[in-house]
Amino acid sequence: MLRVDSLTKCFDSGAAVSAVSFEVSKGEVVGFLGKNGAGKSTTMRMICGVLDPDAGDARLQGRSILTDRHQAQRLIGYLPEGAPLYQDMNPLDYLAFLGACHGLARHALRHAMDRAIADTRIGDVAHRRVASLSKGYRRRVALAGALLTDPPFLLLDEPMDGLDPVQKQAMRALIRRMSAEKGILISTHTLEDVATMCSRALIIDEGRLIADLTPEDLARKHPEGLEAAFIELISTPQAGRS
Amino acid sequence: MMADLAFVWTGIKAGWWREIRAYFATPLAYLFLAIFLFTLGAFTWDVAGFFDTGAADLTPFFTWHPWLYLLFMPALAMRLWAEESLSGTQELLLSLPVSLPGLVIGKLLAAWSVAGLALVLTFPWWISVNYLGPADNSSIALSYAMSWIMAGAYLSLGSMMSALTRSAVIAFVLGVLGAFALTAAGWPVVTTPVAQLFGLSAAETLAAFSFLTHFETAQRGVLEVGSLFYFLSVISLMIALNTILVLYRRRSGR
Repeated sequence: MLRVDSLTKCFDSGAAVSAVSFEVSKGEVVGFLGKNGAGKSTTMRMICGVLDPDAGDARLQGRSILTDRHQAQRLIGYLPEGAPLYQDMNPLDYLAFLGACHGLARHALRHAMDRAIADTRIGDVAHRRVASLSKGYRRRVALAGALLTDPPFLLLDEPMDGLDPVQKQAMRALIRRMSAEKGILISTHTLEDVATMCSRALIIDEGRLIADLTPEDLARKHPEGLEAAFIELISTPQAGRS
Repeated sequence: MMADLAFVWTGIKAGWWREIRAYFATPLAYLFLAIFLFTLGAFTWDVAGFFDTGAADLTPFFTWHPWLYLLFMPALAMRLWAEESLSGTQELLLSLPVSLPGLVIGKLLAAWSVAGLALVLTFPWWISVNYLGPADNSSIALSYAMSWIMAGAYLSLGSMMSALTRSAVIAFVLGVLGAFALTAAGWPVVTTPVAQLFGLSAAETLAAFSFLTHFETAQRGVLEVGSLFYFLSVISLMIALNTILVLYRRRSGR
């Protein structure tokens, strides 16, 4: 279980995330929705230990990201926004580097790399420098990195960005296939992804969680369906929300 | 406690491996080695008059080390942390289960390894000296070792500066400025006017912080434990500051 408890972060420009709490259990794919700058990435970064919260905590299988950081981080596969990679490495080097950071022994590393490369279908570019890869491939290399240790939790920040329709379909299939064994949190702008992959949707606006419901319940909120319901929800002024 | 040490060790290995690959995957390390060796050779040969001393020792060679390190070591260290921030890979690095001090040490050790390789590649000077006459090889070995440790002090300063900014160029400029201050503090051009203005003790205090002062005995092949301790203290202090700066990045999200 991933338990996010009152995570709060303020920057110079104001509160980015205010007391956000939710849970993600094994077997769930949770869509994390919101406008640009709503606080999705900031929340994810705090859960992964990339950013220290001002208040609150995130616990992964009971391990706090604040007090038991490294053990908690071992349980997470994180795909950061924009899928940053070391440009001078090839995918094999990159995965080996991540394996070294996770302290994987040689045999386990080889096995993990083979599986991640097969799952994300990057075998044909495994020896090419990251700098020469297309955006779609880079995203898949970064995803392979997140999947490397087969962690129980995945945090994917806009994983579909930059993928063509065929790649998107493959990504959805992969996420669905993994969902039985993992707890997955996906931030996305594409509501179609929520309808096809997610068992639950979290909606965040101006740093506050404003809805936690199933995609079906969200769609029922507006006669025109999911997208209209989402837009209506985030357009309601904060004061008007219960 | 043991688990914490394991994360530090993993961080050192991962940081070292990552940076060594980065140095040699691009022309950076090769360029560095070529230009450093050429410049050191030119200074030793021409400016210091290697053959004019009439003695089979490497003093003219070691004299230039602090002055060349002042420029070359910040160049080697400038991208260590600045680039992580600029390219967004810091986001990835901070999400991995490795200790930050471990990463700081590992990255520094990678740059330090390249500096060590540069020193090893100066072996033709050592061979020349031995060819010219009987040389005191244990003194030469000591000068080399101390030079390498001093290089680590310059690099740790450069790495710390690199954690201050997202721009490798700014990191380089800050590194050179910092290195210049720490070198020139013992330079007669600086100490003489300081002695005239504030007295001899002020000049001596200032010079006590200079890399030049601490390297002076070592370049003659004499080990001064205090100087060794000084360089190691500078390195430890810089590693600590570097770690604090990266922790600040995690705090501020920059």
